[in-house]
Amino acid sequence: MLSITCAGFGGQGVLTAGLLLAHVSMVSGKEITWVPSYGSEMRGGTASCRLRIGDEAILNPFFSSMDTLIAMNQESLDSFQDAIAPGGVLISNSSMVKDAEFRDDIRVIEVAATEIAGDLKNPRGANIVMLGAAVAATGLVDAEEFADGIDAYFAKKGRSNPLNRECFMRGVQAAAEA
Amino acid sequence: MPRRLMKGNDALSEAAVRAGCRFFGGYPITPQSEILEYLSWRLPEAGGTFIQAESELSGINMVYGAAAAGFRAMTSSSGPGYSLLQEGISYIASAELPAVFIDVQRYGSGLGDIFQAQSDYWQATRGGGHGDYRTLVYAPASVQEGVDLIQVAFDKADQYRNPCQILSDASIAQMMEPVTLPEMHEHDPNADWAVRGKRGGDFKRVTSTMYYIEDFDAYIKNKYDVMAEQEQRWESVLVEDADLVLVAYGISSRICKEAVEIARAQGIRLGLLRPITLWPFPVKGFAEVNPDVKAYLSVELTSLPKMEDDVKLACEMKAPVEKFLGGANIPESTAIVERAVSILKEQR
Repeated sequence: MLSITCAGFGGQGVLTAGLLLAHVSMVSGKEITWVPSYGSEMRGGTASCRLRIGDEAILNPFFSSMDTLIAMNQESLDSFQDAIAPGGVLISNSSMVKDAEFRDDIRVIEVAATEIAGDLKNPRGANIVMLGAAVAATGLVDAEEFADGIDAYFAKKGRSNPLNRECFMRGVQAAAEA
Repeated sequence: MPRRLMKGNDALSEAAVRAGCRFFGGYPITPQSEILEYLSWRLPEAGGTFIQAESELSGINMVYGAAAAGFRAMTSSSGPGYSLLQEGISYIASAELPAVFIDVQRYGSGLGDIFQAQSDYWQATRGGGHGDYRTLVYAPASVQEGVDLIQVAFDKADQYRNPCQILSDASIAQMMEPVTLPEMHEHDPNADWAVRGKRGGDFKRVTSTMYYIEDFDAYIKNKYDVMAEQEQRWESVLVEDADLVLVAYGISSRICKEAVEIARAQGIRLGLLRPITLWPFPVKGFAEVNPDVKAYLSVELTSLPKMEDDVKLACEMKAPVEKFLGGANIPESTAIVERAVSILKEQR
């Protein structure tokens, strides 16, 4: 079972990134819990969601120690880096996290997600770049299969956008190069 | 049927429609507003009626009317809004009409806050309204169980002509899990007792049945005795050989299940008794527990203990009953295990 936290500013698509992770995992037969953060964080501050993904029924949807953190901004890194389990994975958005001190007992993958998404003319796809890096780094689901899942998810909502797949694959590539 | 990823509130709403619910009157309040948002489009699509009332008081009384007309009707609320429903629930119980109420529990008294809690236990199980009535109270521990139990709630409401409640909380309401939804069910509103214009059928009752029933004391006592005897539901996990049994419902039961798993891996004999009905409290489940159990630990997300009383009554204090409370802080499963270990040490 993997415990994953996805965090950033409200508006950076962290809840959507978590939803995509949950949805595609479900389609590939996994059990999932997805819990959004709550309270004053909803109003402009840090937004986050916590996921547990596994092959067996998920008992407790809450956790204080996570395997993977997707940090879209500096505040998220500051809030959650200490909670990553030793040997865990940190995907850090280097477009917004500058000069950070990273722990040396975790695997850090820096991805310039906001810039990559901007370059691809899909500025709202930074969350999907980060997702690509997370999926590649955790090996949760095959990357191509996951990209198909993203396409299917947005197609069903009538919001197909081939740039999302490009964003995702750039994230996968970034993780491979890290 | 393929699984769908759904939020607890949305799944409850869809399952209510599929259980034949065709009327909702209520007022928004976090963390249950998604129920209104969902039903505002879904009920009209299914041929039903959704009304955003001017208050919870009018919402519950609209449900009263719809139920009297034989329709499957429901409302939902949270926190202070749930308090406002209580008078109406008492009236609907006294008229012996079927209806379903959802309380998505939030934290604190007064305005409180919008995060999860399990503090409405007494209000739900002791009849938050006045007088002599009970409601069947179902406590789902997952999004899927909410879907399953709301069907049961509507069926039992009909069977006993009595209101039933779903006691959810902000965490199960807001979280997403994969669910399998049931088929659509149509409910025939033309019951003999239902007010259906000038059509025939039984004498119609839209007010307290006590005015029409001889020896009402015996009648109403018997009604609730039968429910208490026949409607207990629970899940037990490794209680037969447990040295300490955790008792927890809803979201806390999931933390406790993880605690049982952690403890058992360390050779600590922890078990879990999870009430699925809170009224009637599943006293029968305690018969499955190891007769030499050393203690019970009641785990509730509430600042002041509530269910603990029912645990004491159910086990007849044959073993000590301790409490582990939460509330603003969600307890760690490891902390529950530590507490259990320290209780067991004291009992030696």
